[in-house]
Amino acid sequence: MSAPPAIRTDALVDELWQAVTGGDEYTAVEVVRRARADGTDEETLLLDVIATVQRRVGTEWAADRLTVAQEHAATAINERVITALVHDRPPADAADRVPKGRVTVSCVDGEWHAMPARLVAEVLRLRGWRVDFLGAQTPTPHLVSHLHSTSSAAVLLSGSLPTHLPTAHAAITACQAVGVPVMAGGRAFGPDGRYAHALGADRWAPDARAAAALLEEELARPHPAAARQVLDDLPHLTDQEYTFVAQSRGRLVRQTLTSLENRFPAMRAYSDAQRERTAEDLAHIVDFLATALYVDDADLLTTFLCWTADVLEARRVPAHSVVTALGVLGEHLREFPRALRLLDDGTAALADRPRRPVPGSDIEA
Amino acid sequence: MGRVRGASPRVFGTSGSPVDPRSAAVSVGAAWAHAPYPVIVADRDGGLVELNAAARLLWSQAVRGDALWDTVPAWLAEAHGRFADGVPDGTGEVSGAVADRFFEAHPTPADDGDVVWWLIDDTDRRLAEAALAGARQRSALLADVSSQLLSTLNVTRCMEATARMATDHLAEAALLVAPPQGRRHQLTYAYRGGPVSQVTAPVDVHAVPGLAEALQGFPPVPARWIDPASLPSWVRPADFTEPVGSVIVAPLPGHGVPAGALILLRSSREQAFSGDEELFARLFAARAGAALSAARLYTEQASITATLMRELLPPRLENVHGVEYAGAYRPSRDNERIGGDFYDVHPGTGPTEETLVVLGDVAGKGLDAAVLTGKIRNTLQALLPLATDHERTLTLLNCALLSSHHTRFATLVLASVRRLGSTVELRLTSAGHLAPLIVRSDGTVEETATRGSLIGALPKVTSATANVTLRPGETCLLYTDGVTEARGGPLGDELFGDHRLKRVLAECAGMPAEAVVERIQMLTAQWVGSGSHDDVATVAISAPRGADLTMAGGQGRVGSTMYRRNG
Repeated sequence: MSAPPAIRTDALVDELWQAVTGGDEYTAVEVVRRARADGTDEETLLLDVIATVQRRVGTEWAADRLTVAQEHAATAINERVITALVHDRPPADAADRVPKGRVTVSCVDGEWHAMPARLVAEVLRLRGWRVDFLGAQTPTPHLVSHLHSTSSAAVLLSGSLPTHLPTAHAAITACQAVGVPVMAGGRAFGPDGRYAHALGADRWAPDARAAAALLEEELARPHPAAARQVLDDLPHLTDQEYTFVAQSRGRLVRQTLTSLENRFPAMRAYSDAQRERTAEDLAHIVDFLATALYVDDADLLTTFLCWTADVLEARRVPAHSVVTALGVLGEHLREFPRALRLLDDGTAALADRPRRPVPGSDIEA
Repeated sequence: MGRVRGASPRVFGTSGSPVDPRSAAVSVGAAWAHAPYPVIVADRDGGLVELNAAARLLWSQAVRGDALWDTVPAWLAEAHGRFADGVPDGTGEVSGAVADRFFEAHPTPADDGDVVWWLIDDTDRRLAEAALAGARQRSALLADVSSQLLSTLNVTRCMEATARMATDHLAEAALLVAPPQGRRHQLTYAYRGGPVSQVTAPVDVHAVPGLAEALQGFPPVPARWIDPASLPSWVRPADFTEPVGSVIVAPLPGHGVPAGALILLRSSREQAFSGDEELFARLFAARAGAALSAARLYTEQASITATLMRELLPPRLENVHGVEYAGAYRPSRDNERIGGDFYDVHPGTGPTEETLVVLGDVAGKGLDAAVLTGKIRNTLQALLPLATDHERTLTLLNCALLSSHHTRFATLVLASVRRLGSTVELRLTSAGHLAPLIVRSDGTVEETATRGSLIGALPKVTSATANVTLRPGETCLLYTDGVTEARGGPLGDELFGDHRLKRVLAECAGMPAEAVVERIQMLTAQWVGSGSHDDVATVAISAPRGADLTMAGGQGRVGSTMYRRNG
C-alpha cells in the first residue's frame, strides 16, 4: 500500500476542509469519492485526509476560529463522508477474504468523541477483520455483556478525554476479567501511552495503523485468575485523595467560586452565563486534578492547564485567572499533600508557558 | 541374596531367650531386643552382629556374620560405611525404603567399633504427606479451573477453556462434545501444547463406547472398559498421531441443562489413567459442566432478551423526502437499553405526503415502562391512516390505553412533516408533553404554541395544533423532560432547565439535525456526570440548508446516530 505523495493528500485535505467548514456535505462527499476514483486508497482517505481535517476542526475551535455550531456541523459532515465512503466500498473487498478474526471497538463510557474509534473500526474492516463497533458513550456493562455474547479476540478501547481514565480503568479490568485482552488508544492515554500502561492495558497503539499492526501479532488472552483490583495497579490510591476530590467536586467548585467572588468584586457583576462558564472551567480543573491524582501524574494536569490557558487567551480572557483559581482551590485542599503538589506543579507550568499567539494544542479527535 | 548358612544367628525375639553376655552387657542393654522398632548391630567392617525381633520381621533370613551389603538396602549399608569410617557428615540420620516400608535410620556407636542402627518406621507419615500434597495440588487446580471457567459466560469460550485445561492437567488430548443441535455436534479439540480448534459436524456418537450415554447424563463407563483401538478417527485432534493408550469418557453434568461430554485421550507411551485420575477427571467434568450450563443459560436468556428488546429499541432515523431527521436516546439505567421514552418516524407514502413523527414519555422507567411504549408505538402504527387528524389519533390512542390493563399514562408529541419547496411545513400537537422548540437561522429559539391533555388518564382528550414553517437550516427539536430535569452541572445539584436548553439551542443554529441531537445529548450527559438521570430522548427535524438536493433522496445517507444505536 504505497501512500500517494503528501502533496496530493494536502490538496485533498484543503478541499475537504473547505467543504466541511462550509457546511457543504455534497461537495465534501464528492471530494473523497473523486479521490478514490482517481486511485487514492480508502485507508489513506480515512487516516490522512478525513482524520487530518477532523484534527484541524479541533485546533481551529481551540483557536476560536470556529464556533461551536461550525465545529459540530463540520464533525457531522465528516461523519457522513465516512458513511458515504464505506457505503461505496465494493462488497468484493470484504467478501473475497477470510475474516482475520473478530474484534470489538468501543469508546470509553462517557466519551463522546466517536470519530477516532470509528476510523480505527473502518481501517480494521479494510484490513479484513470482523469488527463490532459499539460507538461512543458505551456503558461498561454493555461492553462486558457484548463480550460474553461474542467471541472477541480483543477489545480496542478509545478515549480522547483524560478525565475518563478512571472509567477506562474499570473497563480494562472488566474486559480482562472475562479473558479478553485490551488495546488502548487515543489522546486520553497520554502521548506515549503511559496511562494505558499504568492502567494495565495489554497494548497501547498511538494511531489506527499501529493498532492494526499490533493486532496482527496475536494478543494473549489474560489469565482470568490474575484479575486485578484498582489498588493492584495504582497503590497510591490508598491515600484517598482521589476519592475525596472526585466526590466533593461540586462543593469544591462552589467554595472556590465563592472565594473568588469575595476576593474579586468584579466577578459579582458576572451574568449567569459568565458565572456558569467560570464554574464549568473550575469543574474541569477539579476533574483533571482528580484524574491526575488517580494516575499520579503531574503532566496530566499541567498539559490541561496550559491548553486551557491557550483557549482562554484565544478568547481574550487573561490566562492568569487560571493561576488565581489554582491558588484558591489549593486553600480548600490543605490536608491533601499530593493534590497540593499537583497544583503547585500546575502553577509553575503556567508561569513557564511560552507566550504563543496561536494555540497549537487541541483536544478534539 | 547370597548368604552363608552357618552358625545360628543370635536373635532376641519375643521368646525372651537369654541374652548373649557380650552384646547385652557391653553393647546396648537388654531392652532394645524388645523395642517396637527394628534395631541392627553391625561391626565396623560391615558384618552383621545382631538384629532385634522387629528387624527380624524385615530380614528374616539374616544370620550373624552376613555382610550388611548383602542384607540391608544399599542406602543403609553405605551410611554404615560412612559412619564406621568416621566421615563427619555420615553421623546424621539417613532414610530410605525397606521392601514396601520407609524408615529413618539413626546410628549410635557401641563398644569395639560396633554401630547400632535404630530404624524408625516413617511410612505412614510419608503416605499422609504425599496424600496431602496431592489433595492440595488438586484443590489448587480445581480452584484455578473454577476461576477460569467462571470468568466467561460465553459458551464457545467456556468449551475452549475446558478442553485446554483438560490437556494441561489430565490428558494429552481432549475432545469436548457439545449436546447435539439437530444431528450435528460442536466439537472442541485440544492437544497438549497445540491450539484449540472447533468444528461443527455430524458425527456418530454411538461409535464411541459410553459417549451417547454420557451425553444423556448416564453414569460414566470405567476407563478400562473402553478399547482404545475401537475409537473412530474423528475423536482425535489432528496433531495427535500416536496410538491411543487409554480413554476416559466423562459426562459434563449440566444440572438440568445439557452440557455435553468430555473425552480424554492418552497415548500408549503414557501411563494409563489411574483410579484417582479417573475420579479427578469426574471432579473436573463436574465443574466444567456447571460452568457450561451457566454459560448456556446466560446465552439463551441474552438471546431471548435481545429478541424481545429489538422491537422496543428506538429506530435509526434517516433523511426522508427531503427532510433531515435525527434521534438519540439514553435510557436512565446504564445496564438497560430501553426505558419509558420513545420516538418513531413513519415516512409518508410519497414526497407530497406527510411524514408522522412521534416522541413520547411513559410514566415510569425501565422494562415495565418500555413494554407500554411498545404498545403505544404499535397502536400508533395501526392508526397511521388516520394520522392526518392529530386530535382523532390522540382520542383513539387514549381509548386504547384506558381499556388496557396498564395503569400508566403517557405524554407525547405528534408532528406531521412535509417538505414544500425549500421549506418544511410542520403540524405539531402536544398531548401533555413539553412543547417542541424551533431553532431559527439567526439563533432565535421559539416555543411552539401547542398543548393538550395527556393520554391514558382521562376519558376525553383535547389538544391544540400549531403550524410551523422551517426555512433551510432551521430545526424543530422534540425532547423529553430527561433533558430539562437533568440534575448536576459544575455545582453538582442544579437542574439543566429550560433556559439553559434554549441558550444551548441558540448556539445550534444552522447545525445539521444529527449534530443538534448529539449536542443536546452530550451536554445533558456531561451535565449529569456520574449522577443518576431519567430517560432522555431527543428528535430533531431539520430543513436542509441551501438547495442541497443530495438530501432529497434520503437513501443511504444515515447520520452518525445509527452507529450509536447498533450497540
